[in-house]
Amino acid sequence: MAFCRAKTWFSRSFSSLSSNPLRVCVVGSGPAGFYTAEKMLKAHQGAEIDIVDRLPTPFGLVRSGVAPDHPETKIVVNQFSRVAQNDRCSFIGNVTLGSSISLSELRELYHVVVLAYGAESDRVLGIPGEDFAGIHSAREFVWWYNGHPDCKNLDPDLKSTDTAVILGQGNVALDVARILLRPTMELAKTDIASHALAALEESSIRKVYLVGRRGPVQAACTAKELREILGIKDLNVHIQESDLLKSPADEEELKNNRIQRRVYELLSKAASGPSLTSSGQRELHFVFFRKPDRFLDSGDRNGHVAGVHCEKTILKESVGSGKQIAVGTGQFEDLECGIVLKSIGYKSVPINGLPFDHHKGIVPNIQGRVLSNTTGNPTLVEEGLYVCGWLKRGPTGIIATNLYCAEETVASISEDLEQGKLPSTSSLPKPGREGLLQSCMRGRNEKSSEDKSKTGNHSEKGFTYKFSSLSRKCKKGRKVQRKT
Amino acid sequence: MFASRLSRVGAWTVKELCKGKYKSAARMGHLYRPYGHYLQPLFKPQSGTKIFQDTIFQRHNTFSTTAADNHSGEENEEEETISVSFVDKDGEEHHIRVPIGMSMLEAAHENDIELEGACEGSLACSTCHVIVMDMEYYNKLEDPTDEENDMLDLAFGLTETSRLGCQVIASPELDGMRLALPAATRNFAVDGFIPKPH
Repeated sequence: MAFCRAKTWFSRSFSSLSSNPLRVCVVGSGPAGFYTAEKMLKAHQGAEIDIVDRLPTPFGLVRSGVAPDHPETKIVVNQFSRVAQNDRCSFIGNVTLGSSISLSELRELYHVVVLAYGAESDRVLGIPGEDFAGIHSAREFVWWYNGHPDCKNLDPDLKSTDTAVILGQGNVALDVARILLRPTMELAKTDIASHALAALEESSIRKVYLVGRRGPVQAACTAKELREILGIKDLNVHIQESDLLKSPADEEELKNNRIQRRVYELLSKAASGPSLTSSGQRELHFVFFRKPDRFLDSGDRNGHVAGVHCEKTILKESVGSGKQIAVGTGQFEDLECGIVLKSIGYKSVPINGLPFDHHKGIVPNIQGRVLSNTTGNPTLVEEGLYVCGWLKRGPTGIIATNLYCAEETVASISEDLEQGKLPSTSSLPKPGREGLLQSCMRGRNEKSSEDKSKTGNHSEKGFTYKFSSLSRKCKKGRKVQRKT
Repeated sequence: MFASRLSRVGAWTVKELCKGKYKSAARMGHLYRPYGHYLQPLFKPQSGTKIFQDTIFQRHNTFSTTAADNHSGEENEEEETISVSFVDKDGEEHHIRVPIGMSMLEAAHENDIELEGACEGSLACSTCHVIVMDMEYYNKLEDPTDEENDMLDLAFGLTETSRLGCQVIASPELDGMRLALPAATRNFAVDGFIPKPH
């Protein structure tokens, strides 16, 4: 029955488009999603691509993860916008995989489904006190200052303490430290969310500790971000010279790694630089070789973090991998603070009906082809289902990493099409976008009639968001803007 | 005859831009210049065509060092070009002529060579990474700044003679330079491993 309806929809489509196009759905509209769509459009002239996202606005972490004082990094949205403006491409917001539509339904509607929805959860430390108030993940904090709808009410308390501890020393940790320490006059010129700017203007935080389990040789940040934070005006940077001592294993690591070499050089220069000590100045402390053991709460504020109990570590070579790992020494130290931001890594969220490797936090796959389980058996490929981006590789890399990731996934899709591993579009036409919209409308009507009986009239904003018809067709849609 | 050809191109340009297909124009790496600012022609400039060339070359790229003199903006100036070859990841060579003062990224986009430019020349990404194939030409280039090196750190398939295409500006001594586009898929590994420079 749906098939007949699909056929009528086909006959109404533009004559310039193929009557049996390859219907592709990309779930997730961040860099992985858009690069995949771009390469699919190029490689398959008859394909129609729908990029869906659970938010009404596209671009994923380019919008909600890139720091507001890094506007050049967001220029890539121009390229993504051009992709969405292609006749054969649509962006559809407010579609949540798992609630608006199930994975199996989506696979019925499209020949190819590419999951590129990234990693919207966090790794946990698993130590006592992790649920104290005043402890947030860096992801939530970043979403908060970037105006992400999920975290606009995070309301971190920046007024009852002068010290923040950030666990982790990657670029996200540096971003968060920089936003806490940058003069708000400078932040006011960016597109930072207004609720965050207001909170930061009243912030009493003057000291930030960046805590890592290992040493400066292993610091996960990169030169640009480090250079930037070290260059903040009137910021006193503290690095212990003793932490900079290198072992032969450290030298070996540095020899083979340009990024780490340049980062280490920057940290060394900062440690030996002049130390300006005038009161009222903000301080940034790089703390190395400390592993958080448990969180401390204060007597007068039960259940609210007052410090981090850390174990000193030394490096030992991990048998097999050759990498150096941090091992506890049994000596402890406390870091007092009133707010903790955990920046120890993102984690993907599994979905019903989707094979998932909980250990690695990714969907099991071979070159982007989803596998039915985590055994790695290459014959157990899920037909028509692919992954790209963090969901495929784990939450590492930069925006450009997805360029190559998308190339690999699209190459797998193309190969599968060529080798007949996917049904041909003429033998099995699929409803694609029309089917998706029908399915979602059905779900929404059911939901709002439910809601009406519960809470009165409830309407959802901005359902379909088409780039080419922003103000005309879609009255409720919103223009592309960096603040949400 | 020339004027009528130009006006036909102009009319076609306006029509194409109205359709929203301003892809190649908009992809030119102009720093700080919003891309609705002026109409860009969508044809390859021939050595005799002077009229539109100044609009292509005017850049406010504060990060680059231009070896050649700035254009005076006169429409009838004799524009010099150099010969540059791009070798794509399939090994195919594309020989193009690049006007003095133009970056390799812009030149690639003008000639439909597939060189990404995510940040449009603002030194905020590494997607325009090119490999200078001959050490002799690499040495003629000015040393990369700290900012460029920071971005090169992250480039895939980094080599000893890698540069960012948006920072390599055409000058007379670079005539005959060959640039290779990194073979991305060959160098990419799913565990994020970045191969040692070779």
